[in-house]
Amino acid sequence: MTGGGRGRGVAAFMASRLAQAVVVIAAVATFVFVLIHMAPGDPFAAALDNPHVTESMRARWRAAYGLDRPLGEQYVRYIANLARGDLGWSFSMRRPVREVLGDALPNTLLLAGSALVLGFGAGIALAVVQARRPGSRADRTIGAVSMFFYTMPDFWLALMMVLIFAYWFPILPAAGAIDPVMHDYMGAGARGLDRVRHLVLPAVTLALLSAAGVARYQRAELLRVLPDDFVRTARAKGLPEHRILTRHVLRNALIPTVSLLGLSLPVLFTGAVFVERVFAWPGMGWVVLNAVATRDYPLVTAGVIIAAAIVTVASLATDLLYAVVDPRVQRH
Amino acid sequence: MTEPLLRVTDLRTYFHDNGAVSRAVDGVSFDVMPGETVAVVGESGSGKSVTALSILRLIRSPGVIEPGSRIDFDGRDLLTLNDSEMRSVRGNRVSMIFQEPMSALNPVLTVGDQVAEVVRVHTGGTRKAAWQLAVDMLALTGIPAAAERAREYPHQLSGGMRQRVMIAMALVMHPALVIADEPTTALDVTIQAQILELLSDLRRQFGMSVLLISHDLGVVAEVADRVVVMYGGEVVEQASVTELFEAAHHPYTEGLLSAMPRLNQRSERLVTIPGIVPPSTAWPSGCRFRDRCSYAWDRCAEEHPPLYTVGEQHRSRCHLADEPLHRLERHEPMAAQLGEGA
Amino acid sequence: MYSDTDPAATARVTWPYATLRRAWGPVLALGALVVVALFAPVLAPYDPAAQPDIIGLKDLGPSLAHPFGTDAFSRDVLSRAMYGARVSLSVAALATAITVTLGTVYGAVAGYVGGAVDTVMMRIVDAFLAVPRILLLITVVALWQQLSLWPLVAVLGITGWFGLSRLVRAQVLALRGQEYIVAAQSLGATGGRILTRHILPNVLPTVIVAAALGVGQVIVLEAGLSYLGLGVQPPDASWGNIIQDGADQIGTLWWISLFPGLLIVATAIASNSLGEALRGALDPRGTTRTTVPIWRLWTGRQGVVVHGEGRPPVAPTTR
Repeated sequence: MTGGGRGRGVAAFMASRLAQAVVVIAAVATFVFVLIHMAPGDPFAAALDNPHVTESMRARWRAAYGLDRPLGEQYVRYIANLARGDLGWSFSMRRPVREVLGDALPNTLLLAGSALVLGFGAGIALAVVQARRPGSRADRTIGAVSMFFYTMPDFWLALMMVLIFAYWFPILPAAGAIDPVMHDYMGAGARGLDRVRHLVLPAVTLALLSAAGVARYQRAELLRVLPDDFVRTARAKGLPEHRILTRHVLRNALIPTVSLLGLSLPVLFTGAVFVERVFAWPGMGWVVLNAVATRDYPLVTAGVIIAAAIVTVASLATDLLYAVVDPRVQRH
Repeated sequence: MTEPLLRVTDLRTYFHDNGAVSRAVDGVSFDVMPGETVAVVGESGSGKSVTALSILRLIRSPGVIEPGSRIDFDGRDLLTLNDSEMRSVRGNRVSMIFQEPMSALNPVLTVGDQVAEVVRVHTGGTRKAAWQLAVDMLALTGIPAAAERAREYPHQLSGGMRQRVMIAMALVMHPALVIADEPTTALDVTIQAQILELLSDLRRQFGMSVLLISHDLGVVAEVADRVVVMYGGEVVEQASVTELFEAAHHPYTEGLLSAMPRLNQRSERLVTIPGIVPPSTAWPSGCRFRDRCSYAWDRCAEEHPPLYTVGEQHRSRCHLADEPLHRLERHEPMAAQLGEGA
Repeated sequence: MYSDTDPAATARVTWPYATLRRAWGPVLALGALVVVALFAPVLAPYDPAAQPDIIGLKDLGPSLAHPFGTDAFSRDVLSRAMYGARVSLSVAALATAITVTLGTVYGAVAGYVGGAVDTVMMRIVDAFLAVPRILLLITVVALWQQLSLWPLVAVLGITGWFGLSRLVRAQVLALRGQEYIVAAQSLGATGGRILTRHILPNVLPTVIVAAALGVGQVIVLEAGLSYLGLGVQPPDASWGNIIQDGADQIGTLWWISLFPGLLIVATAIASNSLGEALRGALDPRGTTRTTVPIWRLWTGRQGVVVHGEGRPPVAPTTR
């Protein structure tokens, strides 16, 4: 088993997973297409409210958008456009969908990313505290609190956070990503701080929910690994406890948590939709919700497809990470 | 008269669980001299593994080494050391080889790393120096192409190799005492012989003492100088290896010896000791072996036998030492009469 | 592990008692909620849609007369919450029933038939799993404009079975190779018969646990949708849309959003605890995992037993 062989194995593995990812995304796009065309009404339903829009105008629009062509042809154009990266035109925003999502996506990634880091960090730390003395008061308290946060609806927690930290103890802003009035007049440092202040509440909300789940899972993993024989061997070698914990216990117990990272992405997206709504955070969830309200179908569908794409890629990256981290994984 | 390297005095390790107390090790004493190989022999449940773990203080809650026990190593009572002092003893002056090398090695670290780790923790050296020492030690244990193998993970090695890695880990700091807990039990018979030979060679090379835990008398006959037989959490016989095999005193030892399958055996059935080891939460009164003993009489139930001296350096915990005539009254043990075991 | 006898037989007999022993609290809580939901018309102190005094009773905080306060339309929040329980609980139960049925059948077929059919079926599941459930729900609901109750239940049910189908398929695959299945086949049993008499009963524990956990998930999901205005429509009350009623004025009318939220949390915790207890009770290998329930927090002794054998609990499923 030489190093060269292992390298080839990894490349082949990646290639096959990438191919699978493309297939999945294509399948999702197809499904969304089918859904759109199964739904009653058409994309111009919003325009129906406007009495100035005549039937002939609508007919022209339909022709312009190719909606009078046969379904098969529409599908091909749709997929071809997607492959080229053309996501269509957003009626409600009057801009290409690509631009709208391009502005919104980084915000969601920032939110989800911070929540992921905070959540996993806190969750693992809590799990370590719990696993040191299972059954102790600390363990049971943390376990109960975790259970509480884990089952909580995200939007309710978000509302409670707003209630507590924006009304009862008004220390943090509760809406938007930046101060709507002052931000452009601030210096660079103050601007950064402004962004951070606005990020705190939504990110902490998401992080709390994620940390609870991670703590539960990680605690079980730690309790599985701690009694293992090799921990006893490590002690018999005279290693100090902290080294045993980091180098031996955690390195083994964290491996399944890597796969949890992949599973967390969809969960974070879900949470992000509600949290963005409550905090008026201008991310993908907020954009898609608004698009739903204004029946801006191209935007909605593109949003769903992009979300699926991100989740798929993240899951691929997680699998790769897992293969890197666990030497027992066969790599050919 | 040289001082013993290790002197265990009245070691008692109890496990407390919800009110019940399991007296796994109940007053064990023995010595290990420098350069000597002492074997601790017994069935599972006799307390031999717990004894080994107790010496290195690897017993975790709910197990406790009871006060009154003493473990003197190299002049100091190990039970009085604080955490950091104890850690400098483990892996460094006293080390341990475990039974199941696959689960005793960390699956996500290379074997080289795991050996080098011992060096780095006990010396202040560089990573490179520690790695080199590790590779040298692995080569010494007979692993071919040690420099390449050191970069591999435990699951990539065979059982025999893994045990060699464990031995390398235990010996790399040249400890004065190595405790080997059933080092060959999990291995194939052919590999067993190799590993035992390796242990003997290294022992001679480094001049260390070995405390071998085993249930296999064949292994003991090969490598040990002296034997300590344990039953029911106690030492029931102690002797040099030749004395034990030629003139065993305690009925339990007799039973163990006759249970060993031999090539020149005349009968076709294997002899076994009827009955099973009693639970450690409820040792019987008097002699703990009496229900399975072919010579037991009423004194055995009433009086717990002390360790009698029955020869030079030979002690036995049996009233037969005091009343040898009862040896003529062989009968069926109580356990066999009650139909227990077979 | 090979077995020539049906391992789940004993577990099937004893599980109700084992579950009750571990989780009498959640069972009691859920039972109470179900009772309240069923008898809401009798138990509710006021008519949930009544607006007896538009000025005088508007926006009142919690009091003895109105333990959960009143809302902007002078309606009693407690009564609305009770009626909301009917809606939320029945939606959750029905949707979960659909989910469980679909997931089990799909997974069992895929696992039992195997081969190319299995691969294709699972790829389809993978595609659906890639989309976050909430986005799927929002899209579907948005496309069909607002959905009335039954279609809502159907959509909730149809979007949730993917994960379960994977679990069931894995179990069926494992069971297929067991000796007692092969024995049944050699005796001439048909595929259908084997599925129903041998495989499904052994898959039942997983399904039951998934059902219990699923109810908790759907409650939260439905609440979310209703909060967004996409679920249960006013004037019908569901816990989610009551929260929405108070959301815009969370600072001043906090009671409207707080209490229904607590009810949702309580229900979700209860069904999760029930699910965990069922998992412990139904496991035929008898893993001794006891988790200490919340209320024993400060009085219980050390009651946590470090694992028996087997894997730790499944990672949290997507919400």
